Amino acid sequence: MIEVRKLSKSFGGRPVLREVDLTVEEGKTLVVLGRSGCGKSVVLKHLIGLLKPDSGEVLVDGEDIIGLPERKLTAVRRKIGMLFQSAALFDSMSVEGNLAFPLREQGIRNEKEIDTRVAEALDMVELAGEQHKMPADLSGGMRKRVGLARTIVGRPRCVLYDEPTTGLDPITSDSINHLIRRLQRKLGVTSIVVTHDMKTAFHCADRVALLHEGRVHYDGTVEGLKASTDPVITDFIEGRSGESD
Amino acid sequence: MITAIGRTTLLALTYLGELGILLGNTISAMFAAPIRWKLALHQIIETGARSQIVVAVTGAFTGAVFAAQIFFQFHRFGMDSAVGSVASLALFRELGPTLTALMVAGRVGAAIAAEIGTMKVTEQVDALRSFGVSPIDYLVVPRSIAMMVSMPLLVAEACAFGILASYLIAVPMLGVAEAPYLRNLTFYTHGSDIAIATIKGFVFAVIIVSVSCHEGLETSNGAAGVGRAPTRAVVISSLAILGMNLILTFALNIIFPSGQ
Ligand SMILES: Nc1ncnc2c1ncn2[C@@H]1O[C@H](COP(=O)(O)OP(=O)(O)O)[C@@H](O)[C@H]1O
Ligand SMILES: [Mg+2]
Repeated sequence: MIEVRKLSKSFGGRPVLREVDLTVEEGKTLVVLGRSGCGKSVVLKHLIGLLKPDSGEVLVDGEDIIGLPERKLTAVRRKIGMLFQSAALFDSMSVEGNLAFPLREQGIRNEKEIDTRVAEALDMVELAGEQHKMPADLSGGMRKRVGLARTIVGRPRCVLYDEPTTGLDPITSDSINHLIRRLQRKLGVTSIVVTHDMKTAFHCADRVALLHEGRVHYDGTVEGLKASTDPVITDFIEGRSGESD
Repeated sequence: MITAIGRTTLLALTYLGELGILLGNTISAMFAAPIRWKLALHQIIETGARSQIVVAVTGAFTGAVFAAQIFFQFHRFGMDSAVGSVASLALFRELGPTLTALMVAGRVGAAIAAEIGTMKVTEQVDALRSFGVSPIDYLVVPRSIAMMVSMPLLVAEACAFGILASYLIAVPMLGVAEAPYLRNLTFYTHGSDIAIATIKGFVFAVIIVSVSCHEGLETSNGAAGVGRAPTRAVVISSLAILGMNLILTFALNIIFPSGQ
């Protein structure tokens, strides 16, 4: 459903992505691993046209979205939901306002339907009844989950998760991992999960890609990743920095 | 030295170009996309209505001191009754629009830059775009409409309070005769003076909202960037207001020659 070809991007002359190729098929989950700062969030932002690459293509359902004007991108963005790393909640609105936002933008005017869908989405992230809190009054983990609820409330066909479990306690992380899996199984949602949490990777992935120094260092199955003897991969999986005390 | 001047000119022209693009996008968005009237109304209340006190006080004190100074000068020539008309012309043509714009730049422009800047660095602007909502439609257009509606009214308010204050200083306090004072005031204040105040107010509104939204949307570097955005918005829009005022004073004097 989404295909990235030879995507390159630099900021202020410093290359962040160098000819990145990635593919995720309809209904599958691709997990993108990589160290902090290696450009994972930058990749995701290219997929819905929030950033423009220096070169390369991004195909969504076969259509190249690079160079589409902002207003034409709306159709693409309706198909793809994104959970931002920082959750990016609108802090002028309550939790309910945040969740209702994408629904209203889709043209849903029936307040009853909006209420029901907001409640359903909050239920899925285990925050039932928190409609009236303001984002400033939420903990980091709660913000992340509200962000996730806001991403899925509009029922996108594809969801981009930017570090969905970072900063969450292990139990909540596990329930998010199950949620990602459930959305995929039950609703056929195509997913790209950016993370450095190996639990999430092993739990959710149909395929795994490892970004290293701006390139795709590994792209294949979870089993292949686990069986690899490549030091870059084994160090990452086992969390070894190569330093000693 | 020469290269420094050249570089500054180039930077200023680039900045002007960026503002031009933002303004162009904003105007085309007003026609291409449905206007979010609810947000615009909210902004009118937040920015316009809440600026009234500061603007009225500014106008009143300006009118008061101005009337006093004119009186001190004119009294020597026995021209007391001209105080009202001179104060009124100065308020409508120069002081009212300019001082109102400077106050609004400080109060509203800074707030716009800080608010949009915060949204930018916390990825809220990207989140808007991710839902297919253009930040121009959602953030810039409502603020622009609010400013374009509010500013001429605020200028009128500043002038009204200025004229009232100058009357109170001149007539009850300094003892200028009331009847000739009012006669001169109404005789020498024309529709063209009010038109000039309105036009200047409108143009300054465009300057304030464009500069502030631009500064907000271009914010980067986290909290430090958010700290700089309002300062830059206020400084740049204030300088632009003063410069544009000079241009407008000459241009509008051609359209509405003084004293007609
Ligand atoms: N808008 C931007 N402007 C400049 N540099 C950026 C921008 N976005 C990301 N970067 C840089 O790109 C690199 C990759 O960032 P990011 O994708 O956020 O990393 P991560 O893999 O942790 O998500 C970082 O060094 C970051 O500083
Ligand atoms: Mg990131």
